[in-house]
Amino acid sequence: MKQYDAIIIGAGHNGLTNAAYLAKAGLDVLVLEKNDYIGGAAVTRELEQGFKYSNCSYVCSMMRQAIHRDLDLARHGLVLVPYLGTVNFGDQLNDVLVDYPNESAGYNEWRRRNPHDADSRHRFETDLARYAQLIRKTLLRTPPDPTSFKPRDIHELLWLGKTFFSIGEKQLYEYIRFFTMSATEFLEEYFDDPLIKAAMASPGIIGTALGVDSPGSAYILLHHVMGDVDGNIGAWGLARGGMGAISNALMSAAKSHGAEVRTNSGVAQVLVENGKAAGVVLENGDELRSKIVVSNLDAKRTFTKIVDRKDIPERIFKQASNFKIRGSSGKVNIALSGLPKFIGVPDNRYINRGGQGFCGSLKTMEKAYDCWKRGTWSDDPFIESVIPSVWDPTVAPPGQHWMSNFIQYCPHELADGPWTPEKRDAFADSVINKIERYSPGFKDLIIHAEVRTPFEIENEVGLTEGNIFQGELTIDQLLFNRPFPGYSQYRMPVKNMYMCGSSTHPGGGVSSACGANAAREILMDLKKANTVPEDDFYDE
Amino acid sequence: MFDSIIIGGGHNGLVCATYLAKAGQKVVLLEAGDQVGGLAKKREFAQGFNAPVANYVQHFSDQVVKDLGLSKYGYANQGADSPLIAVGSDGQSISVLGDDLEGASDSDQAAYKTLRRSLKKYAKALNSSWNTAIPKVGDNSLREIGVFAKMGLNIRLMGKEDMQEFLRVFSLPMRDLMDENFESPLLKAALSWDGLQGARLAPRSPNSAVLALLLKMSSSTEGGVSLGSSQLISALTQAAIDAGVTIKTNTRVEQVLVSADESTVVATGVKLTDGEHINARRVVSGVDPKSTFMKLVPADYQEIEFIGRIDRFRSKGLVGKLNIALKSTPKFSADVADNGRLILADKMDDIEFAFDDTKYDLPSEHPVLEVTIPSSVDSNVAPAGKALLQANVMYLPQHIEGGWSEQAKLAYVQKLIAVLEKYAPGIGELVEAAELLTPDDLEKEYGVTGGHWHHGEFAADQILMMRPTYGAAQYNSPIENLHLCSAGCHPGGGLMGAAGRNAAKEILR
Repeated sequence: MKQYDAIIIGAGHNGLTNAAYLAKAGLDVLVLEKNDYIGGAAVTRELEQGFKYSNCSYVCSMMRQAIHRDLDLARHGLVLVPYLGTVNFGDQLNDVLVDYPNESAGYNEWRRRNPHDADSRHRFETDLARYAQLIRKTLLRTPPDPTSFKPRDIHELLWLGKTFFSIGEKQLYEYIRFFTMSATEFLEEYFDDPLIKAAMASPGIIGTALGVDSPGSAYILLHHVMGDVDGNIGAWGLARGGMGAISNALMSAAKSHGAEVRTNSGVAQVLVENGKAAGVVLENGDELRSKIVVSNLDAKRTFTKIVDRKDIPERIFKQASNFKIRGSSGKVNIALSGLPKFIGVPDNRYINRGGQGFCGSLKTMEKAYDCWKRGTWSDDPFIESVIPSVWDPTVAPPGQHWMSNFIQYCPHELADGPWTPEKRDAFADSVINKIERYSPGFKDLIIHAEVRTPFEIENEVGLTEGNIFQGELTIDQLLFNRPFPGYSQYRMPVKNMYMCGSSTHPGGGVSSACGANAAREILMDLKKANTVPEDDFYDE
Repeated sequence: MFDSIIIGGGHNGLVCATYLAKAGQKVVLLEAGDQVGGLAKKREFAQGFNAPVANYVQHFSDQVVKDLGLSKYGYANQGADSPLIAVGSDGQSISVLGDDLEGASDSDQAAYKTLRRSLKKYAKALNSSWNTAIPKVGDNSLREIGVFAKMGLNIRLMGKEDMQEFLRVFSLPMRDLMDENFESPLLKAALSWDGLQGARLAPRSPNSAVLALLLKMSSSTEGGVSLGSSQLISALTQAAIDAGVTIKTNTRVEQVLVSADESTVVATGVKLTDGEHINARRVVSGVDPKSTFMKLVPADYQEIEFIGRIDRFRSKGLVGKLNIALKSTPKFSADVADNGRLILADKMDDIEFAFDDTKYDLPSEHPVLEVTIPSSVDSNVAPAGKALLQANVMYLPQHIEGGWSEQAKLAYVQKLIAVLEKYAPGIGELVEAAELLTPDDLEKEYGVTGGHWHHGEFAADQILMMRPTYGAAQYNSPIENLHLCSAGCHPGGGLMGAAGRNAAKEILR
């Protein structure tokens, strides 16, 4: 029977990245995917003739440029288009905040609303960028184990300390606050205008089971602004052809180095022999053997579903069961017969610059969180939308469009029982009705809509509870605590088994960092030359 | 000429004054009210009923008891005999005392022992950090390295697994900590209480609640209603007087006097509201940092950035105090000990949802309460045969929509009595008098900004060398010879005394 060097469970973007780097080092690699398409949550799917939905993730910001370059993803077909900002809508109709890429136009737009806020913006963005830079430096590094006395851990810990302290005393204190405080508290130190605060707070809640008022949401805000698409810090981008283009490029890169990818091959169990991972058993009963096994699935799914409880320490089973991975987001992907027109945005002038944020105010957002806590959805949800077809003609038929709507919050389980198709439609109605309020006639443009609650996301993508980050991004699950204390260095309690998904450091987002970091650790254990590049540092 | 003036006769002011006087300083303590004790001072809200706002002691510093010889004055840190009792609206109850749970399932009992052992261990490892000034970071002084190395070492000495677990658990929301360990919703609500009370936190709020709980576990006492605050205040007062502290009541400080040249601003004394000037080598403020820097020190002598940071020191109080004079001791449907702290919340979400209202400037529609009956353990707090009920009410914002009018307060008292009626049927008939103190009342009557028990949130970003803010976290301030000693300093609030002691140690260093 053939023995692979490595089997990777799950063809999400991190699994494919991991495969590419292992294959590049000369390993015989097999990637197994349960679905009949690859990409996990970075996919493009044609669910309605001619409309290519990025039906899960919808923008690209955290992709490590070093990896993008190193794997030559451009040659493998990846084209990233810059995202030029969001038009935000307030609670009142006609209350619109436009994000201009041009600095002075942007300043004037803010000044129109609130001169003080316009003047604070530069300070805000500088501070945010400074904090983001610090975290960004850790993305392509393996977290140190603070309890270890190994030279490498001590070295990394000192590096972290040095990097952290190098920002200066004052900034250091400010930084610690940033880690612990709420987005609201943070923003109120800069801004007064309700819509500006809401617009700036929105990245603080995306994908998380926290509200804008919850301590810890300021960090989530940071997580969304540390991307550097095409070298522009804080920039977002769209993949031409949809998010699936990223996965396809990664797969193509992996294959070019000799990796094998099999779809329709769900893994039922990881084979453990004499305390070591030895391969996997597929759902169809086939057994595949390998020297190492890498799971791209989330930590909870890995250790409560596909690894036998008797093969791991009870403590890990408990930690996996307690791993916080809460579904809080939904999506409604809509095919449109034309471009919707929005109140307060004359001639749709700004729509083709980027996305739309239906954020209202901090209160509206917090109220939506209150609904989530109570196991229901808000009638006035926070929606972040993009109409990719205005930049990218390949994703919709000529003259027609598709709109990605990301909704915060949507519970994984409802207070009154499980999701049903009726409830799912009622959830979608709350979203469509809200958009219709800002865009009269919107409903008439709808050709097709795909509604995805965390329930669908879990069933289709495999993310436990439908959590888009493979685990909450709170301090207890970050850095050396991610996914479990003592196992943050991609090696798992079963020998020869690794993890490479977003449940590991640095967490969620289409960054490829987790997969690359895991590959580096694996190659180190196998005593192979490292193939993973170092990250770019702009400020050194 | 005094060596030190202490502004404010709260417990930390008393502690600090006594340490300084014992070290030979000539100290005067100035209290605006007619008695010392701050939030723990006597409060007669109805004839013969004494109901201090801080009515029981939970984690007073062992070191202070020892150093000041408080046992001589009739105070000792003991009182673990006062149980925490989870009381359900269905009459069910679970009593928690020391390591033991009564009324809980076997698995909850076992889990509680394990969790408590771990938490005690963490609390012990952190203990030395509470009892010293935390140096500012980044100057690489020997002292800085020493203090942080000691903190790190204490945590490392817990052992690898415990250290790992500590680094994960310290930032957990109470809800997760409880869900990971226990089954009973009622028990979870009660055990989460001490991490939340007095703070702007709900069970789902991450980052600070476990740290607050660990601070409360730092003392050998676990207090509760058996350990009333009045003995503590009278012992501290007596100790201060014996050490030679001059205590002046009814003496309100209007301003801290400063003199300035081009490079430094120096505190030289205080000006009283009656116009009198008192000079001293240093001024130590026992009032909260916001009042100190925003009211007492003239604005023109302060750095704008520093004042900005003091201004954003989060200090929004959210706890109300309900005092009820009763004709006789109330009878609860559940079987509860007289000296217990009763937590009236069926599940953690009751606390969470009570908190949610305050985000929109509303008092909790369905408040959750911690109830004590001090008259069951202390015959001095109520006239013979009568009973005193005190409750901490969560959550009440300082300012609500429409304001806290007398009418609004009366209506809210009725709501609270209706809540109590569910647990102790007939209690409404026993009420002779009742008062509700909102955070706004606490600010007005006791001078604490925001009516916040701890002078400022005990939050992960407002502790250690960040409390109240950098530049004033070592019990000093940008103004030379102006020091701080209140709960607004490290390690924070509750009747603890550590801030007063640490301040004195820093001043004497």
